[in-house]
Amino acid sequence: MQKVYSKIESISGNVITVKATGVRYKELAVVGSRYGSSMAEVIRLKGDEVALQVFNGARGVSTGDEVRFMGEPMKVSFSPNLLGRIFDGSGRPRDGGPELADTMVEIGGPSVNPAKRIIPRNMVRTGIPMIDVFNSLVESQKLPIFSVSGEPYNELLARIALQAEVDIIILGGMGLKYDDYLFFKDTLEKGGVMSRTVFFVHTASDPVVESLLVPDIALAVAENFAIQDKRVLVLLTDMTNFADAMKEIAITMEQVPSNRGYPGDLYTQLASRYEKAVDFEGSGSITILGVTTMPGDDVTHPVPDNTGYITEGQFYLRNGRIEPFGSLSRLKQLVNGDTREDHRAIMDGMIKLYAAYKESLEKKSMGFKMSDWDEKLLTYGQLFEKEMMDLSVNIPLEAALDKGWEILGGCFAPEETGLKSELIEKYCRTKV
Amino acid sequence: MVSVEYAGEATMNEVCYINTGDKKLKSEVIRIKGNVADLQVFEMTSGISVGETVEFSGELLSVQLGPGLLGQIYDGLQNPLPELAQQCGFFLERGVYMAALDDKKEWEFSPTVEAGARLESGEQIGFVKEGLFNHWIMVPFQLDGVLTIESIAAAGTYTINDVLAEVKDEKGDIHQLTMVFNWPVKRAIKNYAERLKPEETLITKLRIIDTFIPVAKGGTYCIPGPFGAGKTVLQQITSRYADADIIIIAACGERAGEVVETLKEFPELIDPKTGRSLMERTIIICNTSSMPVAAREASVYTAVTMAEYYRQMGLNVLMLADSTSRWAQAMREMSGRLEEIPGEEAFPAYLESLIAAFYERAGIVRLKSGDIGSVTIGGTVSPAGGNFEEPVTQATLKVVGAFHGLSQQRADARKYPAIHPLESWSKYKGIIDQKKTEYGRAILFKGDEVGQMMKVVGEEGTSLDDYIIYLKSELLDYVYIQQNSFDPVDAAVEPERQLHIYDILIGILTAKLDFAGKEEARSWFNRVRQNFLDYNGKKWKSDEFNNLEKTISELLDDKKIGVEADAESLWAGESRRG
Repeated sequence: MQKVYSKIESISGNVITVKATGVRYKELAVVGSRYGSSMAEVIRLKGDEVALQVFNGARGVSTGDEVRFMGEPMKVSFSPNLLGRIFDGSGRPRDGGPELADTMVEIGGPSVNPAKRIIPRNMVRTGIPMIDVFNSLVESQKLPIFSVSGEPYNELLARIALQAEVDIIILGGMGLKYDDYLFFKDTLEKGGVMSRTVFFVHTASDPVVESLLVPDIALAVAENFAIQDKRVLVLLTDMTNFADAMKEIAITMEQVPSNRGYPGDLYTQLASRYEKAVDFEGSGSITILGVTTMPGDDVTHPVPDNTGYITEGQFYLRNGRIEPFGSLSRLKQLVNGDTREDHRAIMDGMIKLYAAYKESLEKKSMGFKMSDWDEKLLTYGQLFEKEMMDLSVNIPLEAALDKGWEILGGCFAPEETGLKSELIEKYCRTKV
Repeated sequence: MVSVEYAGEATMNEVCYINTGDKKLKSEVIRIKGNVADLQVFEMTSGISVGETVEFSGELLSVQLGPGLLGQIYDGLQNPLPELAQQCGFFLERGVYMAALDDKKEWEFSPTVEAGARLESGEQIGFVKEGLFNHWIMVPFQLDGVLTIESIAAAGTYTINDVLAEVKDEKGDIHQLTMVFNWPVKRAIKNYAERLKPEETLITKLRIIDTFIPVAKGGTYCIPGPFGAGKTVLQQITSRYADADIIIIAACGERAGEVVETLKEFPELIDPKTGRSLMERTIIICNTSSMPVAAREASVYTAVTMAEYYRQMGLNVLMLADSTSRWAQAMREMSGRLEEIPGEEAFPAYLESLIAAFYERAGIVRLKSGDIGSVTIGGTVSPAGGNFEEPVTQATLKVVGAFHGLSQQRADARKYPAIHPLESWSKYKGIIDQKKTEYGRAILFKGDEVGQMMKVVGEEGTSLDDYIIYLKSELLDYVYIQQNSFDPVDAAVEPERQLHIYDILIGILTAKLDFAGKEEARSWFNRVRQNFLDYNGKKWKSDEFNNLEKTISELLDDKKIGVEADAESLWAGESRRG
């Protein structure tokens, strides 16, 4: 039964309160105002006082407006009809297509029982050596791309989406620039994957609160596909906007802020989204690739910091390249043991030498005399950056490993590489 | 958080059930004011409505202790996760609670006392065989005074709820004893004769820990580190190789994927010491980051209570908590909802005392039976922004006996384990003579200084002697402190081997070496390093191992012209090598 209330007690930010009874926590309501109606969600109950968060924003809502409680929490329609469609942050069509209302599923549902998860074991090949060789992406992994505004992170996401072997792609956009939204749409359409893609896009011009729903809706849909044996890739960009929307609500609700104004449960909130990445025992999987822009390129900012603790590694995208330092795929060990026996050795060895190169580079910039060893490192570093790190390099893993040996063999004597003698003999074909 | 008006009595930390729809949601009383009690709900709170009823159970939050805990996977409230999965499928449905122990399983009970015996709480009345161990059936810890056994069951098979004995207390009341009893998680178990000083080293088979920053049985240690530095991997390696009878892993607010690795791999890994599956000595308490926050707060207590229970049987228990920061954050969330005045970084003001009380539950004790049992606690800390100055790290450092600080720079350079050898410390005794480890540390320290200096004055501005010290410290770092956890041999190094190779290494570190120039020195050290790395990967005392050892000593003899003056005293009282 739907109840209607027509006396709004207070309006503050995007939060309104009404006096009502029999209302449940997290229930949905419709607020009608003369500027159009909006959905709202119950976020606090205190006696008969009900606080609601208005998705379209409270601007224009008057104390005499009507609040109609729906008696159930936020739901989203789930069916194969979703594929190829584009929706906004609260699940309404954005592409002019019909509204979907069959088989409604709950969003933000319970978490997966760890006993029903399995150890991820499939590598997702991307053709990018900095990912495949050094930090392999694994099915069911959750991985953010740490970046700053202006870096080509959306391009990277789109490229991975096109090349990764998955069944379904779900894009969740939060505070996305309209241009970027069109970029994703065009790229995926041209790449011929639109028919297995669903978009939930909240653009920068939409009400902030709506972006809070995007990850939950996207992941609820992903979860339902995954249970139907589908391998799903969820792309979320940009999670910093999501966190900022949460901050806005928390402050309006007069919660005690913990760090730079963010609510104390930021970690839990982010984790409950990222943790939806899963490989179901005997069923499909969800892989999450998110973008977290770091305000001021500061990785200790609460959003990237908390994200880093939740996700299974991270890619740093800087100057158009995936940085080898700091970038890490926590799950790579699960897959890179079975690719080729030299994979791990090349992975560690080349990075150690690249670190040494950076030191030499520093010495050089301070004007010190370069020893023979330094000169060798400098040649190596430049080759490495050009032939491995550049994002335009698009080669399969095996070719990239061979390329690694070629670079090493061209620059160093065997005992300088720090690699095991057996591997050097077997794979290094360059003259000493 | 939910506030409830009650009639009658309410107890702090009492367990309540909220009746919402057809579900009962477990919760705990965390504040009482007038006739209003504030409850933290161990489940998602959506759908709760004002006016719904709450049942008070009268019990504090407890765990069930008895045979059958080993090998289990529980959530923070001791619900067995595999059984939940059988009942509910992929997802953790809320409001479903299950018995922690299997009440159908039969155990072979052997009594060790006779009727008329006089016992105190915590003393043994018999045992059942649980995997490798004799699981003592004890007088419940909450019974006071001296108890007299009225009757005791004969040897035979029983289930956990069968009455095994009747005891009479000093007041003349009769208590029936079964294999199980409950114990409130937030109270430490203190039914032992005395607490001892932790002195024996707990072998982890990681060279840097056992040699330089050891952990003692019954001690505490913490592993703070920024994300990506390898805290969890380090914990996993420890849980695999550490020389403890029982390992309890509390995965507290961390990633589910990591727990799954342990969950799926342990049953297949064979413990070299016992020849049985590792899972048989392991209990996993798993409350991952997406599971409800309030249960996360409870999970570390659940884990440590089980650790104490097995300690009471004279076993050495290692409890690993990953991560204590998530636990502290759970407290911060609750404190924020209670609208308490926040302390530093909005953590509650009582954070420090709670952390101290938690680590103090570790210890080595002499039981009333004379046996020795211990609980060792190792907790990871995930400081915000990797900055160790934050409240959780600081509060932890005050109370632990060893500090294994992970460094981002070392992790970036792929130097694993990324424990920083200079910043970390330990108050416990290691397996190698302290004079020798001190010498090694001094080399590392000096090498680091030279390295820093070289960045300023360049290699040409560094004297050959300083340069050699630098190379020695690099060698020690490369071949001893770093360890390859993916190499089958190098992953776990027995103490015997650590002693042996450290001696060889100290032979190189203390040697006066004769080089014409820096080029020659570097290429010599590169050769030694290469041989040493290969040597680390060879089986202990195999032919290849012996050959490489010979190569290394020949390399050394070639360049050695004496011993550094400051190293003369290292072998005092020992016959000199080579």
